Amino acid sequence: MNSLATLLAATAVILVLLPLAAIFAYLLYKGFGSLNWAFLTQTPKPVGEPGGGMANAIAGSVYILLIASTLGVPLGIGAGIYLSEYGRNQVGNMIRFTADVLNGVPSIIIGIVAYGLVVLRQGHFSALAGGAALAIMMIPTITRATEEMLLLVPTAVREAAYGLGVSKWRTTLSITLRTATSGVITGVMLAFARVAGETAPLLFTAFGNQYWNWKVDQPTAALPLQIFSYAISPFDEWHRQAWAGALILIILIVVSVTAVRIAASRGMLKGAS
Amino acid sequence: MANRALGAPGLGGPQPLTKPGLAASSQARYQPLLKAGDSRIADRLFFLAILGCGLSVLALVGLIVYELITKSALSWQAFGLKFFFGSEWDPVNNQFGALPFVYGSIVSSILALILAVPLAVGVAVFITEMSPRWLRNPLAFVTELLAAIPSVIYGLWAIFVLVPLLRQYVQPALARYLGWTGLFEGPPYGIGMLAAGIILAIMVVPIISSITREVMTAVPQQQREAVLALGATRWEMIRTGVLRNARAGILGGVILGLGRALGETMAVTMVIGNRPEIAKSLFAPGYTLASVIANEFSEATGDLYLSSLIEVGLALFIVTIIVNMIAQFLVWTVTRGMPARSNA
Repeated sequence: MNSLATLLAATAVILVLLPLAAIFAYLLYKGFGSLNWAFLTQTPKPVGEPGGGMANAIAGSVYILLIASTLGVPLGIGAGIYLSEYGRNQVGNMIRFTADVLNGVPSIIIGIVAYGLVVLRQGHFSALAGGAALAIMMIPTITRATEEMLLLVPTAVREAAYGLGVSKWRTTLSITLRTATSGVITGVMLAFARVAGETAPLLFTAFGNQYWNWKVDQPTAALPLQIFSYAISPFDEWHRQAWAGALILIILIVVSVTAVRIAASRGMLKGAS
Repeated sequence: MANRALGAPGLGGPQPLTKPGLAASSQARYQPLLKAGDSRIADRLFFLAILGCGLSVLALVGLIVYELITKSALSWQAFGLKFFFGSEWDPVNNQFGALPFVYGSIVSSILALILAVPLAVGVAVFITEMSPRWLRNPLAFVTELLAAIPSVIYGLWAIFVLVPLLRQYVQPALARYLGWTGLFEGPPYGIGMLAAGIILAIMVVPIISSITREVMTAVPQQQREAVLALGATRWEMIRTGVLRNARAGILGGVILGLGRALGETMAVTMVIGNRPEIAKSLFAPGYTLASVIANEFSEATGDLYLSSLIEVGLALFIVTIIVNMIAQFLVWTVTRGMPARSNA
């Protein structure tokens, strides 16, 4: 019985790792097989013409994520500061609870809401709407991570600052938040990685675009959207490009997350210990 | 800035100690002693700004609820509760019934849980109780990695790898040996409810197994030692000493996985077949609440059509919120009193 149980548990591990290995193997094999210079530098070609690429979608994704971070990161960190520094009360508990609720809302619902709030007002799909949808998804993760990290900062550190006559806002920003910097950044990157691959909230907000676009109020291509529409298309050429796009998406996520974490752990942000 | 108060007259030594015990909780009370001057206004402004950020979280959820309710009012007036019991989804004739989507969401999620729960619990048990110490962290990391893959990539992989596999090998075999149940009948398209259930299972395993690991590590070590001291084997110890104590939390993890499966959109949309029909066979194509929104929202013409899709969204929203709340309560009953993540 004992060894049978061990055997079963080990089998479960293998069964779970199998699809993971298969996904990465296919991603690398098909992705690198279809990746070329044109893919990274050109916009999509019409159906039937070979070549073309996803350059505008890669740029569009970065653009939308920048908008999302600009909107979501300050709000999320601010809410996290409120929870840890002022939030030991009824209001704090309510915010904590709603943040958890928001975290569990399916991403497609966020898309509907961003459509109602931004797209309907503007009258057309836009990069801003896509960014707003992703920002809403980032906020709860950042909020709870910031709170958790700030609470790890010992009260004595804050008291030392107060004892020197430093005002509360200055203490919070320059002492507490600064001490917790690397943890907060990790939280932000988690949120970033989570939304970077999101497709559902972009379907009817950023919408996608065959061409370059840098206007905030115009439809914009995004990598996950392009992968989706190419994957369900009937064309072999587009399937290959979908794999290449998926590989680029994973690389984008992994590289941005590790880059920021390395920067956070090196000298650039000292004081974070 | 920092030293201004030190030189300030009237500070007069370490006065704050006159009220011992309040030091940690009442930082605000120091300020009158410090003659803070303008910093009090700055503090006030800072507090208001931060409070604004905090309240914006409340406002966002309020906005979501408001948007969903007001924008779905039209469909609610037209169909009422019948909306969820009608099985006809016909945009051309303005007939909207969401039953096929409700059915599809429930069946694909339950199928996913049936496949995922034994695997996830097995993985958690192996990692926390059985695996050699050096293997523990790498295994935990790798299973968490599954959660980091974007859902559109799962869908891509499912279309080009999983579906052909099902069509050629798995479905014919299932039809031959289990066809008599009626669950595995019909032409093996590959695409359909079964494919959706399997890809969902792969996606929820990391959630369930990480919660299960968390609650299993929350079971005190003495518990294990006590059971072992009574002469139990390792498996008996795990079964009676650990799993039994953690079962509420494991159930919480399972329900959290259910919430994720219900709300999952892209991967399911790509492989479920997208046909609003209720079929007994798992080989048949289906449709889910989330995927009908993904497919039809941007093409919805007519107010009633759009409003019906938003009502589908409202239903999905309410169900996932309730499911998540139950799950969090269950996990909390096991891990309460434990400092968060101290032993992850």
